[in-house]
Amino acid sequence: MLAYLIRRLFAAAVMLVVIIMVVFGIFFLVPKWAGVDVALSFVGKQADPAAVEGVRQKLGLSDPIYSQVWEFFKGLFAGRTYVGGGDSVHCAAPCFGYSFRTEQAIWPVITDRFPVTLGLALGAAVLWLLFGVAAGVLSALKRGSLWDRGAMVVALAGVSLPIYFTGLLSLAIFSYSLGWVEGEYVPLDESFTGWLGGMILPWITLAFLYAAMYARITRATMMEILGEDYIRTARAKGLKERVVIGKHAMRSTMTPILTMLGMDLGALIGGAILTETTFSLPGLGQAVLNGIKTQDLPIILGVTLITSLAVLIANLVVDILYAVIDPRVRLA
Amino acid sequence: MTAPLHEPTAEAAPSAAEEAAVNAGAKAVQGRSLGRIAWERLKRDKLALAGGVVVLFLIAVALLAPVITSLYGQDPNAYNDKDLIDPLFGTPKGSFGGISGDHWLGVEPVNGRDIFARIVYGARISLLVGFLSAIVAVIIGTVLGVLAGFFGGWVDSAISRVMDGLLAFPQLLFIIALVSVMPNNMLGLSGTGVRLFVMILVIGFFGWPYIGRVVRGQTLSLREREYVEAARSLGAGRLYILFKELLPNLVAPIIVYTTMMIPTNILTEAALSFLGVGVKPPTASWGQMLSNAIDYYKSDPTYMVVPGVAIFITVLAFNLFGDGVRDALDPKGSR
Repeated sequence: MLAYLIRRLFAAAVMLVVIIMVVFGIFFLVPKWAGVDVALSFVGKQADPAAVEGVRQKLGLSDPIYSQVWEFFKGLFAGRTYVGGGDSVHCAAPCFGYSFRTEQAIWPVITDRFPVTLGLALGAAVLWLLFGVAAGVLSALKRGSLWDRGAMVVALAGVSLPIYFTGLLSLAIFSYSLGWVEGEYVPLDESFTGWLGGMILPWITLAFLYAAMYARITRATMMEILGEDYIRTARAKGLKERVVIGKHAMRSTMTPILTMLGMDLGALIGGAILTETTFSLPGLGQAVLNGIKTQDLPIILGVTLITSLAVLIANLVVDILYAVIDPRVRLA
Repeated sequence: MTAPLHEPTAEAAPSAAEEAAVNAGAKAVQGRSLGRIAWERLKRDKLALAGGVVVLFLIAVALLAPVITSLYGQDPNAYNDKDLIDPLFGTPKGSFGGISGDHWLGVEPVNGRDIFARIVYGARISLLVGFLSAIVAVIIGTVLGVLAGFFGGWVDSAISRVMDGLLAFPQLLFIIALVSVMPNNMLGLSGTGVRLFVMILVIGFFGWPYIGRVVRGQTLSLREREYVEAARSLGAGRLYILFKELLPNLVAPIIVYTTMMIPTNILTEAALSFLGVGVKPPTASWGQMLSNAIDYYKSDPTYMVVPGVAIFITVLAFNLFGDGVRDALDPKGSR
């Protein structure tokens, strides 16, 4: 078990380094190869040459790429002071970069927006796990029934509807026409009920999409597992159907579901870009999209890293849970 | 760290039907080929057929877009703001977003462009990106998947690590980031051309591990089959085994995954356009129309509903057809 854990942790660390390098590659090498000056995108399109030169010196953009990566990496743990162009800026650890356009460090922006995204992702995940898995299991157990066909039609429609459409639709109907909920986001520390009111539509629309996906996959997995020999054995030795399904079949069914949950939750925690845009939620996804629209590279880079980190951690947690659920994994 | 999404045919245990399929692939026995069996099953699946018909209809609409709009009599990029837009609110005159005999689905707020004509042209972007990026993913995925499964050893571990890594990436974010750093002029293309090219490449690039994993798994299990061994002992070369013995049996899972990948890619393209990193205006795309509609969901809901329903119908049709193809090609299927 310990060896397994260490191996997983090591793999995650390697992955993080790879991701940092890929992110740098995307943002520093691609523009270089395309003949675009990277420094320009750190200051803005109408920047004066002196400011551009200052940023170039501050970020060491003329240095080789590996030393730029190294400086960034060091900044994550030790903080960083940007010197160049006659002035200097300090960015405290953990320094995820500094936006020369908005003149603020990236880390506070991230910590500011993270709770919004985390609340959105976790709330929706609870809903979609409950409803998606339950619907899938019921469908698999009552294959071909009216319930099964109805649920699968709804699920198929669910995976075919883009969230930015269902989101707008639910806003127009439940917030604007019926007036049941507020369409505005209210921070949790301001008002709990206000926060609930603002989050309920994003939660439900996001959960609907994922519940549809999870129901389809739970059904398919469950049906395959019900055909396995060990299920027949369990039934043959006279176990109650409740135990056969609830204990024997569910355990194997949850393995792929957990994998998906790790990936989906990780990706969402790192910024639910589409949902946040649709509902104007001030989360990480909105921050990165604003960064992309204003070509503010540091914020894109910072959030991309945080997202990757979230995905990695979620996967790591899933890997550990695997070992708990499925004894075969520990030996692998 | 890998996600077994749905792997319909890949890990199927050898069954009578599969053996029949294998034989059919080698053209050894008489009787119905796998393709024929699949087609007969598909014909009985009414929902899948309906999906297929809608897909064909959409392809026709996309191909004939200029003909359709000229018969219809509206240009997708022509402004009608003088006559059709309420100067006070910027919304279309008349009810339901300005639906009329001349403008079947109404007009856009502010500039009054015809929505039906823009939907017809938007189908081109959606389908083009959906199909071509799936082809990119299939080519990369098949080549690398076969290499990994066939040669094994360090080739396999290297390719598998890359696939695991790519699947663990936050994909949408990287796609957005990559699309947004690409320059506006490259390889002699400019404007919409560059955007389309970049989107197709990037979406395809992030899609290949899904196909690659299935192809690798299938190749691994096929490699050990008796008929491959037989070919090997008869002195067949690696290339012969690869192309004549293995590839024909990989066609079914590849088709299944391609049909299931197209709707996902269409949704990704729409999402990119929705977020403003897709094709640039004035080129019409469904995602972009929805993104513009955010500001008018209260005053002009028709503008939001039309492109949303267009995306829904398209993706649903592909999904229905894809599910049907999967069931039809599934050797375990008993229907």
